[in-house]
Amino acid sequence: MTGQDGAARGPGKEPGRAPVEGAVATGGSSQGVRRRHLLFGGAAAGVGALAAAGTQLLGGAPSSSTAADAAPDNGSGTVPFFGPRQAGIGTAAQAHGAFVALDLKPGSTAAGVKSLLKLLTSDAAKLTQGEGALADTEAELAFRPANLTVTFGFGSGLFRVAAPGRAPSWLRPLPKFGIDRLAKEYSDGDLLLQICADDPLTVAHAQRMLLKDSRSFTTLRWVQQGFRRAYGTEKPGTTMRNLFGQVDGTSNPAPGSESFERVVFGDDVNRAWVANGTSLVLRRISMNLDKWDELDRSGREESVGRKLSNGAPLTGVHEHDEPDFKALNPVGFPVIADFSHLRRARPEDPSQRIFRRAFNYDVPPGGPGVSDSGLLFASFQADVDRQFVPIQKRLDDLDILNQWTTPVGSAVFAIPPGCGPDGFVGEGLFTSA
Amino acid sequence: MTTKKTLSLLSLTVAAALALSACSSGDAPAPAASSASPASALSISEPWVKAASSGMTAAFGTVRNGSGKDLTITSVSTPASPMAELHETVMSPSGGMQMRAKEGGFTIPAGGELKLEPGANHIMLMKLAKAYRAGDEIPFELKASDGSTLSFTAQVKDFSGAKENYAPSGDSSQDSGHGGMDHSGHAPAATTPAK
Repeated sequence: MTGQDGAARGPGKEPGRAPVEGAVATGGSSQGVRRRHLLFGGAAAGVGALAAAGTQLLGGAPSSSTAADAAPDNGSGTVPFFGPRQAGIGTAAQAHGAFVALDLKPGSTAAGVKSLLKLLTSDAAKLTQGEGALADTEAELAFRPANLTVTFGFGSGLFRVAAPGRAPSWLRPLPKFGIDRLAKEYSDGDLLLQICADDPLTVAHAQRMLLKDSRSFTTLRWVQQGFRRAYGTEKPGTTMRNLFGQVDGTSNPAPGSESFERVVFGDDVNRAWVANGTSLVLRRISMNLDKWDELDRSGREESVGRKLSNGAPLTGVHEHDEPDFKALNPVGFPVIADFSHLRRARPEDPSQRIFRRAFNYDVPPGGPGVSDSGLLFASFQADVDRQFVPIQKRLDDLDILNQWTTPVGSAVFAIPPGCGPDGFVGEGLFTSA
Repeated sequence: MTTKKTLSLLSLTVAAALALSACSSGDAPAPAASSASPASALSISEPWVKAASSGMTAAFGTVRNGSGKDLTITSVSTPASPMAELHETVMSPSGGMQMRAKEGGFTIPAGGELKLEPGANHIMLMKLAKAYRAGDEIPFELKASDGSTLSFTAQVKDFSGAKENYAPSGDSSQDSGHGGMDHSGHAPAATTPAK
């Protein structure tokens, strides 16, 4: 038939018929077919002829595709999108993350915000499951989701338009801290998209697709990209290291634990703004590596209160050993110094805890230095004012690490609950209270 | 654009060939919200419409025939346009791609599907009732040769492509596009002689 002829030789001599016949297929599952064959089978179809020829020439050397098939397939990994809570919070942090802030265009309406959230939810639901978004012109890029998650956050500007008076009380810029040197281009925003996956191409495609569907409604405020170790470089669950070389995040509550539930989604002391909702504080923390270079290893360990080798407190052996703040060194000073980051960040009040999901950044330097590096410090907590702010205040007052770190960006977002297959993220804003 | 045209043709024919070789697989995506009558022989997945401020635009999606017999989609109607037509995209004698009304409608084999996509078969909407912007939803009804209908709602999306030339009467002229249609997509396909 014409369609098959056309497939064999490209656009045929009867192109007028080819599109019609080509489009009417008798198969039942084009989606499945596309996913299974166009990526691998499709490549095989093109390369297959060459491979076959090569096999003959080389006397039947085995195809390398066997080895490829046996390799662990992280690229096809998916994280469920629909559910009471959004993914990308308790999800084990992926290797790559992009934080994208958008501002609603002047004159935006609640109906417009609703349309936007529906469009973006639809995109995220498909992309995270390895399907092209609706009208996705590069759908093939979506077929390797690599544990993609898309998490939505709302700034106060979005509430003003879509749900006036319903913003949580803490949804505003953090108090000004003495150490802050905030830049507008890394701060605030009406709508946040946190896009994370183990593959940077997947992240780039998802970001592009979501932004294409946002541009009628919003303008791009900022994009901040971050990374951790590539998938497979370390055992899953290994605490990340930052660009100071420090093990960073040891005291984080483990997703799924009771502690995580209380910290992130609230309890009687710290109530979440909505059931299954939480908050995100994103601080861009510049790390002065050139200055850090001047510090010797013992000074580096003392500044944090942990060993660089494995993150153990200076009073312990293993990473997760409890620090002993009373332990003294031979001359009578605390082994973990009072000015150390570990001491200052550790709250006396157990309700003042946060869950961090940070990424490193390393961008081309603009000035005379050789690096512009730091941390995208993403912190989830039920109540920003009761959990995040007190910790940040203590660090602002005294933290020896402040000599090498400077917050240069800051944004606060309310993270709404997830949604079901018939709903959309943020639907709660549009229902009567 | 030239490459894109060639690719879209290729992908169509390849998809058809692959679909033919794998017709027994059962993981078809769930059809979009739609209702069909009398029997639910027809279904549609991923329906969408290109946003347009006025004039004309097009609707896309994948229509499936779940019945045991061939069905022909004979007409389409929507409140968005008093002039909604089933269109095919064909190559003109001069080598460019053009769209035109599909005479007699689209026949979908028993158990088969009809892909409506940019650069290929589509539902043409002319004389738009109003501006349709991203996020809007437009109801449609397809009629089939056996008297059955398929109602569905399509989401409007911003889309930069789908700028095919339009030949209202099967006219082969390269420059017969309607007002409002962008003509930048006219480059002849790579494998055909340039005009």
